[in-house]
Amino acid sequence: MTDIETKLITLASKRFDKDATGFTATDDFFEKLGIDSYQAMDMLTEVEEAFDVEIPDYELNGVNTFGGLAQVIGRRL
Amino acid sequence: MSEMVAPERYRSLGELLRDALLTFKSEIALVEASRKKEKSAYTYADFSREAMKVARQLEEAGIGAGDRVAVLMSNQPRWLISAYAAMYRGCVLVPLDYKLEAPEQAALLAHAKPQALFVEYPIYRLFGEGDIDVPFTVVSEAPASEDLGAARRYEDFLEGNDGDATAPAFVQREREDVAAIVYSSGTGGQPKGCMLTNDAYLEQYRGLGSLFPMTTGDRYFSILPTNHAIDFMVGFVGPICGGAAIIHQRSLRPEFINWTMKEYGVTHMAVVPLILEAFERRIRERLDETKPTTRGFLEVLTSFNQLLTDRKPNHDISRRLLKPVHDAFGGHLKMIFCGGAFTDQARAEFFYRLGIPVVIGYGLTEACTVATVNDLKPFRGDSVGKAVDGVEIRIDTPTGQGIGQVLVKGRTLMKGYLDDDEQTAESIKDGWLQTGDLGWLDASGHLHLVGRSKNMIVTAGGKNVYPEDIEQKFEGLPCDELAVFATNFIWPGGDLEDELLVAVYRGEDGDDEALRSELAQRNHRLPDFKRVGGLVRWDEDFPRTASMKLKRGVLADMLRENLERAAIRPL
Repeated sequence: MTDIETKLITLASKRFDKDATGFTATDDFFEKLGIDSYQAMDMLTEVEEAFDVEIPDYELNGVNTFGGLAQVIGRRL
Repeated sequence: MSEMVAPERYRSLGELLRDALLTFKSEIALVEASRKKEKSAYTYADFSREAMKVARQLEEAGIGAGDRVAVLMSNQPRWLISAYAAMYRGCVLVPLDYKLEAPEQAALLAHAKPQALFVEYPIYRLFGEGDIDVPFTVVSEAPASEDLGAARRYEDFLEGNDGDATAPAFVQREREDVAAIVYSSGTGGQPKGCMLTNDAYLEQYRGLGSLFPMTTGDRYFSILPTNHAIDFMVGFVGPICGGAAIIHQRSLRPEFINWTMKEYGVTHMAVVPLILEAFERRIRERLDETKPTTRGFLEVLTSFNQLLTDRKPNHDISRRLLKPVHDAFGGHLKMIFCGGAFTDQARAEFFYRLGIPVVIGYGLTEACTVATVNDLKPFRGDSVGKAVDGVEIRIDTPTGQGIGQVLVKGRTLMKGYLDDDEQTAESIKDGWLQTGDLGWLDASGHLHLVGRSKNMIVTAGGKNVYPEDIEQKFEGLPCDELAVFATNFIWPGGDLEDELLVAVYRGEDGDDEALRSELAQRNHRLPDFKRVGGLVRWDEDFPRTASMKLKRGVLADMLRENLERAAIRPL
């Protein structure tokens, strides 16, 4: 996993109180974190702060894996 | 305070909106925020002025009466301005869902064949070469460095002060003319473009506007996609015809939604049940954080509020009594419209006790916006309300308990599906829309929904999902035959809050695991709302027509007669 993916998984699992053991970049974060789309949006502000990026909502269309989100972050770094 | 513009004397939606923009010219019409900053604000006069610039471009391109104009944008002022400009020119509006993927949007564009398209750059850039075959494409917010080829820039339309220029010609349409083609589904299968007339919209607005009028000083927060029938009517036509302001927020994250509600003192909004659930979660979290004594005091006030507003809502009383709760929503929220999917009764009642009425309605795109709605006189969370004025509701061949398919009739019904007489004939019989939903009417005429008889699910996010649209994603899986069903189609009467798609398959013994594993992988690549949640094994050949088309209804009957719901194995 890349550094971004690792940091993202740690942050997200902590946010929703999940054990990140075994989480991989290809995992669906809705499924793994047990969250809905509204809660996923809620997580993004923390993600932006942690990576010091600003991600417009439209960049997240169709993104549902940790790896996919890490790529979006990577493009903005 | 000006009265809302009454729809009865108008011949078209464009004419109604034109008069509203004149009537309220100095009021604030549109506000757009991006995160915690205001990006733009338009008075009604500004709205009209910009729309005339857009309409002039349409006129110069020869686009007018009956021509189709698609709008593919997220919620923002230019959505409404482009749509109004199209209606002013007598065009047929084709609102498209900006949340779909580019190939799905391209398929709908190919089906609708519009003469013009207004699209936002972040959406436009996801299209492949040749995906958009529209003669007049206008891209909004494209970077200056981007080569748009033959497409125009929206911003170019706005240059120059053309106050002296002759206004473009207003093109009048008649009540029976189609005003909009709204897609209800069919992104992967057969597109269903509902052709809605000016009469349908004007009649719907008459019925809804009299129940829930919005007036100057009201502020509607538009968060449901405007292509959705609810936001189009409740968040565009309704506020504009009443002189209210429409608030858009570019980032629909909870913290920015909260900020917007407070900053602009939002009075009305429409949501889907998923968002209502999130709001409830927010309130409960806040309550959990308070001291037990404060919580106890709030409970007493909640009971007192309930007593005082038992017969009808009273925003002022509720707001004073339960200030901390109301402040969490900006302090001015009068009501929340909730539709698009099944609304949990307990949740609606929870909000009503707190003095925020949730208006529950029931509708289909085929019936414009809503067929029934709760009028709050008094509030009822157990029903989806009574028929809107001018709409008739009937229960088809009711069982002993009075349950049957809900049929809808009235001027708000669509003219039919675009280019699909077969589906139109199946959908509207003798003037009655066959909704495929099961329900019963109580003695006071309130409709109660209990299930679905058609093969589809509606998610809590308000998405209609048709199994036929998903089946192609599972082609080639290691089994002999596979079909996707909505569980309620096989076993009607199930829980509407937790509808599920299941894959029914026939295969050799012992290959279940390979199938399960590959299906799970493909499932994973689908958007969450399109995923299959379980597997059902069936050992007989699927019934098919001579041309090998699946007889879906017959297979569902066979499954129902031979298997219980417990036969579903979770993925």
